[in-house]
Amino acid sequence: MRKLILILSMFAVFQVHASSTGPELHAAKIDMTDKASLQRGAKYFVNYCISCHSAKQMRYSRVGQDLGISNELVQSNLMFNGENIFDGMNVAMTAKDGEKWFGVSPPDLSLIARSRGADWLYSYLTSFYIDEERPFGVDNLLFSKVGMPHVLADLQGMQKIVYKEVETDEGGVKQVFDRFELVKAGVMSEEEYQVAVNDLVAFMVYVGEPAKLERQAMGWKVLLFILGMTAVFYALKKDYWRDIH
Amino acid sequence: MSEQVVDKRRRRLLTLAAAAVTGVGAVYVAVPFLSSMQPSARAKAAGVPVEADISKLEPGQLIRVEWRGKPVWVLKRTDGALAELKTTEDKLRDADSNESEQPEYCKNEGRSIKKDIFVAVGICTHLGCSPTFRPEVAPEDLGPEWRGGFFCPCHGSAFDLAGRVHSGVPAPLNLVIPPHQYLTDSRILIGEDGEQSA
Amino acid sequence: MSDTMKNALNWIDDRFPLTKVWNEHLAKYYAPKNFNWMYYFGSLAMLVLVNQIITGIFLTIHYKPDALLAFDSVEYIMRDVDWGWLIRYMHSTGASAFFIVVYLHMFRGLIYGSFRKPRELVWTFGMIIYVCLMAEAFMGYLLPWGQMSYWGAQVIVSLFGAIPYVGEDLALWLRGDYVISDATLNRFFAFHVIAIPLVLVILVFMHIVALHAVGSNNPDGIEIKKLKGADGIPLDGIPFHPYYSVKDLVGVGVFLFIFALIIFYMPEMGGYFLEHANFVPADPLKTPEHIAPVWYFTPFYAVLRAVPDKFLGVVAMAGAIVVLFLLPWLDKGINKSIRYRGPLFKKAIIAFVISFVMLGYFGMQPVTPVGTFFSRLFTLVYFAFFLLMPYYTRLDRDKELPVPERVTD
Repeated sequence: MRKLILILSMFAVFQVHASSTGPELHAAKIDMTDKASLQRGAKYFVNYCISCHSAKQMRYSRVGQDLGISNELVQSNLMFNGENIFDGMNVAMTAKDGEKWFGVSPPDLSLIARSRGADWLYSYLTSFYIDEERPFGVDNLLFSKVGMPHVLADLQGMQKIVYKEVETDEGGVKQVFDRFELVKAGVMSEEEYQVAVNDLVAFMVYVGEPAKLERQAMGWKVLLFILGMTAVFYALKKDYWRDIH
Repeated sequence: MSEQVVDKRRRRLLTLAAAAVTGVGAVYVAVPFLSSMQPSARAKAAGVPVEADISKLEPGQLIRVEWRGKPVWVLKRTDGALAELKTTEDKLRDADSNESEQPEYCKNEGRSIKKDIFVAVGICTHLGCSPTFRPEVAPEDLGPEWRGGFFCPCHGSAFDLAGRVHSGVPAPLNLVIPPHQYLTDSRILIGEDGEQSA
Repeated sequence: MSDTMKNALNWIDDRFPLTKVWNEHLAKYYAPKNFNWMYYFGSLAMLVLVNQIITGIFLTIHYKPDALLAFDSVEYIMRDVDWGWLIRYMHSTGASAFFIVVYLHMFRGLIYGSFRKPRELVWTFGMIIYVCLMAEAFMGYLLPWGQMSYWGAQVIVSLFGAIPYVGEDLALWLRGDYVISDATLNRFFAFHVIAIPLVLVILVFMHIVALHAVGSNNPDGIEIKKLKGADGIPLDGIPFHPYYSVKDLVGVGVFLFIFALIIFYMPEMGGYFLEHANFVPADPLKTPEHIAPVWYFTPFYAVLRAVPDKFLGVVAMAGAIVVLFLLPWLDKGINKSIRYRGPLFKKAIIAFVISFVMLGYFGMQPVTPVGTFFSRLFTLVYFAFFLLMPYYTRLDRDKELPVPERVTD
């Protein structure tokens, strides 16, 4: 028993340790079955992201098919560069231009939700703040010295960081992040903006793995079948093993 | 082992049930694996309709466009060639195109929407070679009977200038006519006809 | 059986020992009747092997072993190929499942003494299978050509560079280039899809042949062949088929349920089965902030990091695997099964399990002073378990419990 307590207390030490790195993430509420949310997210993506970021693995036709949008609507509402409907969501800007304008070429976002996670994306898109020293006048709490402007600024408005003072271990005082404060209003209220970002992140989760819709929809049927199969196997085993005992 | 009496019927039944459920499971598993070998979304994306510009097409000239990786011929037939179509009818296997593959609107004598413009998939219906375009009448190598058409170098199948197969050659059917439509007088869209895409 | 069936069977038996093989390995292979649930993992390992081979074949139909195309070809499988996502997840989840099943299979052998005389070769073949499996998994992990694939391979191949004199040349020869590159990817593909699987299948065959020659052990560690009835059949033995074939089916059903649950609802398993950083294409110019091998390698990775010397770290890591091979000659106990062993052995097993799990945990974490301290501690425990085994198992002899004549249920 004492051993067990020792082991558990060891885990407690590690837990504290693990959670002390980096700013806290806000949980995105992703509902893949909410087609309307995904559709709005798609709209935000093509309006605010795709001029610089591609999602080349994602075919427009598949977006339409999975989100219940007809090919005509996809062409008129989501595609602006005269691509083919079967093309991936490519970007007009070349990688070279991107490097010239932003210092680095903006990454392809096909799998960003899988490498960064939905919570990170959500927190990132709500964590831009004013920093006049940066080339675009903004920095990001999660991605310090970010090379990207705050493209959603007209929706969210502009916020600044309010710091608070905490004592350091050495007895000094240091400034740490306390909260954001809106200094210039955008066209959306705070709640509206959060919903919008959530929609956009939901769409990115979908783009990261379109098959997710399919696999979650069919998984329980497979499990049910296996359950039934196992029940039959169990009855068979029981019957045979009557010979033994 | 104990001396209990085994209920043989019950055991047989359970064994059958286990075999059946395993069999059904195996079929369920086989479906995804076998379907994964079907053309993928990328292959299907390559099958999108293509446009052909026929504004510069001279009478007697044939151009090739690629549709789904296959050659599609667009031929502007001369008046002489159109007149020849009637004369060869008795030498054809399926002159009225009853068994062959073409959209309903091309099931006519010239197998085309416009009389002079002939659109066809340039793949022999025998074993998939692409026949050569031989519009000349009675050339030396094809003999005096030849009234212009397409000749397949692989196995000697012959088609007239409406893609209709001659009788007595290996190819069983006329050349396939793909769905197509005229966007304007000089632009054809191949692969889609506005009604039902193929 | 109808006459025609009988005739057909006779015809075959005259030319191929079908009935003989069937009897020797299934219908008249007598296994102890007291197998418990820990005995499912052998047949499950076979099932997973078949799963990996079949899904692997279908993945190679679409995958491209080319540094420029590999990453996108995996996404192509995930998106454009009909059911490609399912086949890929079956393969990636299968890799982790393979190790879970094999670790439990090995643990069962450890506690019931299945490695002891006369089953030393069964254990040895099994260990070679395990090492091949690690090579197979490691090379397979390079193929998606993500950041973790690339840097994981970079680190592991560099380990060979620690070998004195020949190390650097050996690492260079393995890579076929000065860094992990297209050349490395191409050869790892060849090893992963044909060379190692072929060896694995042969080894599994030898593992089973060796097992069936000596007979199966059981949770009581009793040799059932010692007590035979008048008919020459072990009193505690039952034919493998149908009794264990139907029993293993139940294990298969339970396994498939968990397997499908992961595939359909948590294929990434929170980043343990598919690491997040591997969804970023390989970039030779940028190492991810935190690189860790997949979970099944992390105990050995922790041993590597625990030693503050490049060469000795590699020696310790290799040693951690080598000691497993020596197990049959380290155990000096009288009885096989933990049920009848002394208290020292039981405590040693508990300490070993804790050290292995904790090493696995620390192998996943970034390097910290606390982590390094505990990694060193558990590395010592791990090695002590094996190297001190001859002593504590001898001391334990007096306290071992009497083994019953017949197996218990």
